Amino acid sequence: MSTFRCPVCEYVYDEREGHPREGFAAGTPWSAVPDEWACPDCGVRDKVDFEPVED
Amino acid sequence: MSTVAVEEELNPATWRDGKRYAWLLGLIIPVGPFVAWGWVELTGLGVFWWFGPVLVFGLFPLLDAIVGMDEENPPDSVLKWLEQDRFYRWCTYAFIPLQYAGLAFACWMWAHGGLSTVEDLGLAFTMAMVSGIAINTAHELGHKRAANERWLSKVALAQSGYGHFFIEHNRGHHVRVATPEDPASARLGESFWAFLPRTAIGSLRSSWELEAERLRRTGSRPWTYKNDILNAWAMTVALYIVLVAVFGWVVLPYLLLQSVVGASLLEVVNYLEHYGLLRQRREDGRYERTRPEHSWNSNNVASNVMLYHLQRHSDHHANPMRRYQALRHVDEAPQLPTGYAGMIVLALVPPLWRRVMDHRVLEHYGSDVARANIAPRARRRMLAKYGTAGAAAGGGSL
Repeated sequence: MSTFRCPVCEYVYDEREGHPREGFAAGTPWSAVPDEWACPDCGVRDKVDFEPVED
Repeated sequence: MSTVAVEEELNPATWRDGKRYAWLLGLIIPVGPFVAWGWVELTGLGVFWWFGPVLVFGLFPLLDAIVGMDEENPPDSVLKWLEQDRFYRWCTYAFIPLQYAGLAFACWMWAHGGLSTVEDLGLAFTMAMVSGIAINTAHELGHKRAANERWLSKVALAQSGYGHFFIEHNRGHHVRVATPEDPASARLGESFWAFLPRTAIGSLRSSWELEAERLRRTGSRPWTYKNDILNAWAMTVALYIVLVAVFGWVVLPYLLLQSVVGASLLEVVNYLEHYGLLRQRREDGRYERTRPEHSWNSNNVASNVMLYHLQRHSDHHANPMRRYQALRHVDEAPQLPTGYAGMIVLALVPPLWRRVMDHRVLEHYGSDVARANIAPRARRRMLAKYGTAGAAAGGGSL
């Protein structure tokens, strides 16, 4: 399970938690999130701009 | 020695925010109906029920001219500290109880105040200014992560019935700003009166699509209480039902009028924020990132205080969640000739607006009009008028 960070704000998508409000249940892999999905907090960057977070 | 000087300079304890208490002055808007009443009582002149529009369209443009500009930025090192100072939050929260106290007072006046129709209309326009600027307060609150601030944002929107704004602005406008796909980005050659129905209808449609898409992903249909547009509108319906039940049907036309005019005030601000500005397409088909050059800015103090630094719009688009008190002036951003208040007045008179703004858009793009976001209907005219370099690059229609 990995996490990905929006390069603008501090929002982090964690595959373990998903984003249920956005329709991504806990455990939804990053690959199942559509490319054009924009950061749910700032809306400035899209999924493809997110950076993987090193553990 | 110099490190000591730098440390001293960047220490939050020694940096003072010159605008700290000025933010309280923004509350003049929601207390507007009470101020109007005070002036009417003092002078005996009913014309003071029009205090709201006089304040926004007359006094603020004048104050912008008199008070002037402020380019000061908080140093980077104090931004975090400045953002977590709760005083600033309370300045925005305080707007909301005052806003609704004013609305109840206005309803009482419409029902029992014995005003003439012109005075009732003046009060409705005063309430419309509160409604419209409340959308700006809702805008500040709606960009935050905290659930209580997002909820307050919806409450502030209830008066105008513009609950869908909070979806469309964050998830639609911020993603597509300064592109032809954004209903809330105005185009070169598009008058405010042409922009108004396009943005009102387009934003409504887009917000519904975004929310329906989100709900579809959660496995839900759009017609549910979980739909944030529907539950925000439900607040408006409940509010109006209570006001009509308490004060009678007589208040309903005024409530509807202040809602339409208030929403139009928000839209005229949308109109000037990105007029003519365009993000270019990259080779992979995506638009370039939103940069400071894609928003019109102003450092006029009076309008900035009224609108919680909304005029530092480039920084807002770069960092949408940054709290208003920490927004920064950016040198690369195109500057309006005066504050948003004065520009609103110009926008209502299209020939004046074109005279003041079209050449500024052109200069911003180094005379290459084809790089601007041109209204399709005005494209031929714009290219014929300004297109020399641009006609060759983008002039399929010539």
